[in-house]
Formats: sequence, C-alpha cells, structure tokens
Amino acid sequence: MEKTMFDIIATPLFEGQDIRLGPMDHEKDPVVESKWTHDAHFMRMFELEPARPLSAAILKKQYEKLEKQVEEEKSLYPFTTRAREDDRLIGKALIQWIEWTNGNAFLRLGIGSGEDRRKGYGSQVLRLLLRFAFAELNLYRVTANVQEYNDGAIALLKKFGFVEEVRRRQGLERDGRRWDLLVFGLLNDEWRNQAQA
Amino acid sequence: MRDLFRGDLVCLASEEPETSSKAEILWQPDSEFLRLSDNEAASILSEKKIREFFEKRAENGPKPGSYLFSIRTLKEGKPIGFLGLRVNLIHRDSLVGIGIGDRDFWGKGYSTDAMKLCLGYAFTELNLHRVSLGLHEYNPRALRSYEKAGFRLEGRTRKDLTREGTRFDSFWMGILREEWLQ
Repeated sequence: MEKTMFDIIATPLFEGQDIRLGPMDHEKDPVVESKWTHDAHFMRMFELEPARPLSAAILKKQYEKLEKQVEEEKSLYPFTTRAREDDRLIGKALIQWIEWTNGNAFLRLGIGSGEDRRKGYGSQVLRLLLRFAFAELNLYRVTANVQEYNDGAIALLKKFGFVEEVRRRQGLERDGRRWDLLVFGLLNDEWRNQAQA
Repeated sequence: MRDLFRGDLVCLASEEPETSSKAEILWQPDSEFLRLSDNEAASILSEKKIREFFEKRAENGPKPGSYLFSIRTLKEGKPIGFLGLRVNLIHRDSLVGIGIGDRDFWGKGYSTDAMKLCLGYAFTELNLHRVSLGLHEYNPRALRSYEKAGFRLEGRTRKDLTREGTRFDSFWMGILREEWLQ
C-alpha cells in the first residue's frame, strides 16, 4: 500500500526499539553523567579533551550553557538517550557544528555506563540520529571524527555505510604514544539508498 | 639562531588594528578571495564593524593557543595577507589558515614563503608535533603552495561545500615534525 503524506510525517523521529532520544533533565542527569566522567575509558572514547572527573554541580552549569548555545547559535541539536523500559539515562547524542549553507554537520554519540554497552543501543541511537539529520534537518552530509583506537565506533560507522575520508596522521597523543584521528563521512544519498535496500 | 619572522619574500608581523582594518576593507569586495579563504557564504561588513573587530581583538590581547600574524612584504613592509595558527596544546596539533588578500601577490611564492615561516615557528618555537590545514577542491593554487611547503594530502571530505550550485570536496593536509626536520 502506498504511503500517504499523513503516514510519512507520523514516522516517529525519537523512538527506537529499546531506546529513545529525549531532552535533558537538569536535576537528575548531571548526577548520572558525573559518574561517567569518572570512567576514564568512556571519556577517552567520547572526548578528545583530557579526561577529568566533573561534579554534578559543574555539569548542571554546562547543561544550562549548552541550552543557551542552542538558542543563540541554531547550529546544535543535543539529545539525551534513554532506555524505554525505565526512562533511565544511558547516553548522549549530538548533532553539532551545522553549516546550513553547505548542509554539513558533525555527529557524536556515547553510551555512558559499561552495563549498557554491547547491547546494540549505539546502533539504535545512530539510526535515529541519521534519520533526524537527513530527513528532518535535510542535511546533505554528516561527518564523524573518531580516534584510531576506538574500534567500537569505527565498526558502528562502517556498518551504517560511513566512508573513511581523512586520516589525520598522529593527530592525538594518549598513553604516551601518537594515534591517528579518522574522519568518516556519509552522504544523504548513500543513507537513502541503504535505508531503501 | 634562525630568524623566525623573516623569510625570503615576506615577514610575519603583529596585527595592528589600523593597518589590518584598512587592508580588510580593501580586500573585502573581492568575493573570489572570500570564497577561497572560507567555507561560509561570502559576506560584507561595514567599515565600522571591521574596525571594531580588530580593535576588540587588540584590546583583548593575545589568546592562548591562537597565533595571529599580518603577512608583509619583506622590502616595503606592505600588508598583503593574514596568517592564523590555532594550537591544541594537549595533542600538540594545530590548524593553520592563510590568505593573501592583495591579488598582485598571488602565484609568486609569497604565500609559500609565509607558510614556511609558519612551520618553522610551529615546530621550533611552539614545539608542536604536527600542523594541519584544510582547503577547497577549487583552489589548486593553494594545493601547490602547501605541497611546496611540505604538507601531504591526508584525505578529502566529499562534497561538503556548495558554490554556484556545484558540490565540491574539501582537502585536508598535514605535516609532521619529523617530516619537517628532514
């Protein structure tokens, strides 16, 4: 049966199978995220900045700053990712540095606690993020920067058809050695062809 | 000791609000220059706004991790362009941006000379591990100049730029400290 315009816009943008994209909770989320910042493994996968433990109070201020930035710059869409079963916070996802004239933006996502990793949540989050980027923001392409040692992220991006476009040789230093920084890109066309296949 | 700021054709000088705003006002109507030096849509600003921009930057003083220079001819000290180096001190990487606004100095080695000075500064004064840059596919003159200065192509982000209805790639280049030392 052919889809009508009413069916098309009814496709949920924020609901995955086990997870959903949601807003931030200024009271509860900083407490959870503070725990993640004490996990050096997570921080080194999610951040290029040096890992540093942050208090809930500091994170709360950062949330306020982020929301102000969203309002002023109009080039940033932050989401929290939550488990549908109990609405608990499981990660962060972000579309940032949107260049509207060129239709380009950067994606970032992370699953915060070790218990929630390796369950396919990242995949579900990325599927929603891409749909939002291409079918709602109408971007032409998206870009993701990944550390050479971040095997999980590289596998995830490749699974969704991202192409390794740039290798910034020895662009970062961690654990006393240099690592490449990889840039992956996915075009709207490529995403659309896959989604139909 | 090497002279960090004087090359064969150009020298790197401080940004003076008066000189820099005059030069910017002169170059700004050149939309080709704007399209070569930025990803954003070309835009034009009032003289007042341009002056305020440079005055504010001078007032705030040098920002940590941001090194800005005016490119001047060695002989006459004429301002012909700008060079900015943004440094990530944690990973000792950096991103350089360069533009020659005065068309009389295009294609004659002035930009390459300035970039060589920049690399000397980055590796022997800032002690960086690498210098990076990005350029547009439609700027072959820049590509040749950067290759001459020692940069290597590290990849291209596909079709991330639109001009006149056509999609173009961005090129990304880098040079490592050990490559520069050779």
